[in-house]
Order: sequence, then structure tokens, then C-alpha cells
Amino acid sequence: MTTPIATSLRDLIEGGPPPAGRFGPYGGRYVPETLMEILIELERRSVELLADEGFLAELAGELRDFVGRPTPLTAAGSLGEAWGVALFLKREDLCHTGAHKINNAVGQALIARRLGAKRIVAETGAGQHGVATAAAAARVGLPCTIFMGAVDARRQAPNLERMRLLGAEVRLVEAGDQTLRAAIDEAFRAWVADPVGTYYLLGSVVGPHPYPWLVRRLQTVIGEEAREQVVRAGGLPDVAVACVGGGSNSIGLFRGFLADEGVELLGIEAGGRGGEGDPHSASLARGTTGVLHGAMTPLLQDAHGQIVETHSIAPGLDYPGVGPEHALLRDLGRARYESVTDREALEALRECSAAEGILPALESAHALAGAKRWAGRNRGGRVVVGLSGRGDKDLAVLADGAHHV
Amino acid sequence: MSEGSGAAAITAAIEASAGPALCAYVTAGFPSRQAFPEILRSVAAAADLVEVGVPFTDPMADGLTIQASNRAALSAGVTLEWIFDLLEAEHRHLEAPLLLMGYYNPFLIHGLERLASSLARSGVAGLIVPDLPLEESEPIREALAPGSRALVQMVAPTTPPPRLQRLTAASAGFVYAVTTTGVTGQVDLDPGDLDHLARVKRAARLPVLAGFGIRSRRQVAAVARLVDGVVVGSALIEVIEGGEDPGEFLRGLRNGEVPA
Ligand SMILES: Cc1ncc(COP(=O)(O)O)c(C=O)c1O
Repeated sequence: MTTPIATSLRDLIEGGPPPAGRFGPYGGRYVPETLMEILIELERRSVELLADEGFLAELAGELRDFVGRPTPLTAAGSLGEAWGVALFLKREDLCHTGAHKINNAVGQALIARRLGAKRIVAETGAGQHGVATAAAAARVGLPCTIFMGAVDARRQAPNLERMRLLGAEVRLVEAGDQTLRAAIDEAFRAWVADPVGTYYLLGSVVGPHPYPWLVRRLQTVIGEEAREQVVRAGGLPDVAVACVGGGSNSIGLFRGFLADEGVELLGIEAGGRGGEGDPHSASLARGTTGVLHGAMTPLLQDAHGQIVETHSIAPGLDYPGVGPEHALLRDLGRARYESVTDREALEALRECSAAEGILPALESAHALAGAKRWAGRNRGGRVVVGLSGRGDKDLAVLADGAHHV
Repeated sequence: MSEGSGAAAITAAIEASAGPALCAYVTAGFPSRQAFPEILRSVAAAADLVEVGVPFTDPMADGLTIQASNRAALSAGVTLEWIFDLLEAEHRHLEAPLLLMGYYNPFLIHGLERLASSLARSGVAGLIVPDLPLEESEPIREALAPGSRALVQMVAPTTPPPRLQRLTAASAGFVYAVTTTGVTGQVDLDPGDLDHLARVKRAARLPVLAGFGIRSRRQVAAVARLVDGVVVGSALIEVIEGGEDPGEFLRGLRNGEVPA
């Protein structure tokens, strides 16, 4: 059963779903048999729909009128000057519901409706994907259930309330690590229980094929817009920087510049507290290849193949795996991945807020911290940062930030 | 167990069963590492096959009972290595062929190239890997060396007919028919869901065992009319957790008095 695999950059740039969902050795479809036919059908139908002019027009209309796209590219003069670079922020924080997650949620909700789904289930970490899914489900008229780890529900309380107001049923997950990983486990279980009527609206470029491709396809709008905007503002950047949790906002941004060899792609993972032996979420930098949540990908695991506890001050980055396409981009040398600590992210968040009047999400603050470090090595450079979301949800954590670091 | 006999031993054990065949699932090292060998012996004396569960941090096809037993085993320090060592010492005294049931990652990290010899030394006849569909199973099939250790294929109510043909043909030892869409341990088996079991039986040349949600003698009797036997997991774990005799529970499922 040897299948050709997408191993070259050319294959990746081409853009269709990779054969068997393989990004080099990564990806694939490791799920219970109950879900296999459902995933095969989802792949077939979403490929069809995303080539269908009627559907694409509907999607473009929703991105414009409901999400508020295109989002601006803001020249961040003061912060750029302080860091010694020309700095541009791709403002996904200005999307409806406050983060890039809605690009994917709206696209998949439209697909779910076309597939005749009876309800939507989703996981959420930071609550941003949960809020986006609740909003998109309301928009297409489908009931939805969101699974959220109990720890995350505590540290992102405003989002919990928002999901409920948007009509979602929120189930708190007390099992496992009570964060994003446990929420995904639980969403899978709900899906297995009703695979035909339920649509699983996965929130990042992780999970079994076709999700890594499908979510990337729906987030590519970030990079397409950003490229056009930055070129209009004077030329291609030297680097595009984004934070990497599961990897959806970063892959969306990177895709816009993938074919531009001169543009460096820099992904920033969560380094946690940063001490020797402290938990973190840097799966690309420090993980080993394994299988979790349906895909083969770099994971934070022990010597026995058990998944270890992760930590990040940013709940959206607090995840032991990462999208398989990033792993291939890393291996090919097309993208580089670094990590920044909780403290560096907090610092960047405060700097950006005060200098630019923009309060970024803790996740996005990781990208800013990574950009700052890059700027230190590349004075005079031209930088695009993916500002994936806004920080309103993080006020409780920020109020006693030192306590969480 | 000699080379080349894993799949055949499993099939033979099912065929030798007088009534419906009984495959018993126990989580390795549960309720404790000390108590487990005794449980294993008692279960192997009452069942036709024993599935030893390899605990995993993220058992996505399992309900609350097996999630909890996995967690308990992991906190007690159970590893795949520990399981191989224990079974190496125990398997000659066990009356039923052994299978390992576990998610793919621990096997992958153990090293597929070492897997066949580890299974051989611990007397394991076959493997059930619930998150490894046929399409992803080639590396482990190659590692197991065709014909020696069985890779049991699962089929589900959502498996369409052409796919069912391929899965049953690729299975070894027996075909594991999932009774219903859902995770392990559901309390109510919908009788309407059982129709597809007859379809599996018609498609399969190997014996068919049905699992997920089997907990009463009445269910065993109903399912046994359609296929060759059952897999019992969560209900057995609950019995073990309650400190009752697992062997007696299993014998009761087959022919004794058990609450319907
Ligand atoms: C604002 C924001 N940025 C980034 C992420 C990380 O996800 P991804 O790596 O898929 O973009 C999240 C996840 O919740 C988020 O809410």
C-alpha cells in the first residue's frame, strides 16, 4: 500500500490535499475504524466544495460580511523603531470574535451545513476556537457543543460566558490534563458516538487527514492578504513571524510567502517558564515523532510513548503536538522554529500594548517576542508578524501575570 | 508459543469454545501491579482469549471506566516493558491465548523493529490497535512478520460494504466487530445497532467477535446468535474494581445467572 508522499516544497506549494494526508513522513489518518469512512467522505466533499464557484462565493461573502475581512496590515511605527526594524502587524485580532480562528470556523460550518450535519462539536483551548465555532454555528443555524478543559475554563472565563451567550453548550472536561489535549480527546469521543449526524469542527492544522489540509486551506487567506498588503506597502518582508500552537495561524501566514524564497518563515513555540526541566509546549523544537489525535507528528512524550504534561501561559499554545505540515517545513529547512518563554511573551505584550495601542492575545505575544529577538539580530529588517488574536480574554491572567509565569 | 502460530492459536481457541467464545479485556497492572497476575490467571481460566490492555494517556476510543483504569495503571508505573516482562514470566501458566490491546504510539515508540521479538518472548499471539486503520498498518504488519503474530482488524457499523470486504480479508485471528458507534463501556446497547453484525459475519471467513458495551448474559446470548462470540471490557474492569471475582463473572456471562 505504498502511496506517493508530499516531500518537496513544490508539492506543498501546489496546494491540494497531499496523497494519504502525508506531509513527508508526517500526517496520515490514525483513527478508530468508526471514523474512517466519515473522514474519507469529508475529504472528498471538501475538495469538491472548495473548487465549487458557488461555495467559494458564499465563503468569500461570509468572510467579508460576517468576519470582517480583509483585515488590515498595520505599520507598527513606534514598536518597529524601538526594535530597529520596519514592523507590520497582520491584524487577525480585528476579525469578528477576536482571532483568526473564525476563518476556519466559518468555512467548516458552511461545509457542515452542506454535508447535512445535525450538530457541530469542537474543542477549545484558549476559548477562541470555541467562541468562533459557537458564532459560526449560530450563523449557519446548527446547534453546537464545545469541549473545554476545566483548567482552561478557569483561566479564560470570559470566553466561557461568550460561548454560552452565542448559544453553545459548553462541556467542561475534568479528565486528563484538563487543557486542550483532554478537550480534543473528549470531542473525538463525542464524534465517535454519533459520526454521521455530528460534524467535528477541528480548530487547528492537527488531527487526522483531511483536517491539516482543510484548516490550512481555510487559513491561507491570512497569508494571501498579508503578502498583497506588504508588497503594496513597499515590498516583500525579510521574515514572516507567527506563533505556533497547533499551527493554523502560522501556516496561514506562511502559505502566502512559501514560494518567495527570500522570505524567511519563523514559527514561535511556547517555551513555558523556560527553566531546565520545566514543562513547555515546544514540540517542533524539542519533540519526537509519534502518533496522537490521528496524526504522526512531533510530540512531547516520554520514553514509553506516553504524552507528557505541557505548559504555557498562553492556553492556545498549551498543546503537546503540532500540525504535520510544520514538521515537514522544518525538515525541509523552509521554516525555522524557536521558542520564547512566558516572561518574554508578557514583556512583548506590554510593549506592544503601550507603544501601539494594540493589546495582543498571549498567544500572539509569543510571535511578537520572537520578532523582537529576530530584530535584535537583523537591524533594519522588514518584518511581518501574525497578530493572531486580541488579548481581552487574557485580562485575568495579566492582572496577576507574575503569579502565572 | 512457537513461531508462526499466533493467528492460528487465536482462531483455534475461539473455535474450540463450546458456547459463544469469550474474549476478556483487562488493563495491565490494574487495579495494582501486585494484584494483576492473579487477576490475569483467573481471567485466563474463564475466558477463551485474553486481551491485555496497554495503558495510554489519551485513549480516545474509550469511555470513563477504561480511561480511569488506564490512568491508574500509568500512575502505578505500568509500561509496555513491564507488561512484556510480566507476560514472559506468566504466559506459560495461562490457559488462554494472549493479545495486546493498545493505542499505536506506545508500540511505535517501543520500536516496531523490536516488536516481533518482544511479543514472541512474552507469548503474545496477536495485537489489537484501535487507532490504526488498515491504511496505516503496513509498517506494523511488516514488523510482525506475516503469519506469526496476528493483527486483528476492527470493523464498525459505519464501515461500508466494499471496505468491510477488505478489512475482514486483512484481519488475522478473528474479526473484531464494534457493536455500535461510540466509545467502550456504554451502558445501553441498542438492539437496532446489532443488525450490522450479521453483515460482518457474512463477509468474514474468520470467526467474528463483537465488542463494546457487552455486560450481561442476555446481551451475550443475543449477540451470539449473530456472531461467534463477544469481547467484554468495561464491565469486567468494573467487577475487578469492585473487588469481585472476575473469573466467576465471566463464567456467569456464558452460562450462569447474571443480572440481565
Ligand atoms: C489568538 C490565538 N493565537 C494562536 C492560537 C494557536 O493556534 P494555532 O497555532 O492553530 O494558530 C490560538 C489558539 O487558541 C489563539 O487563540
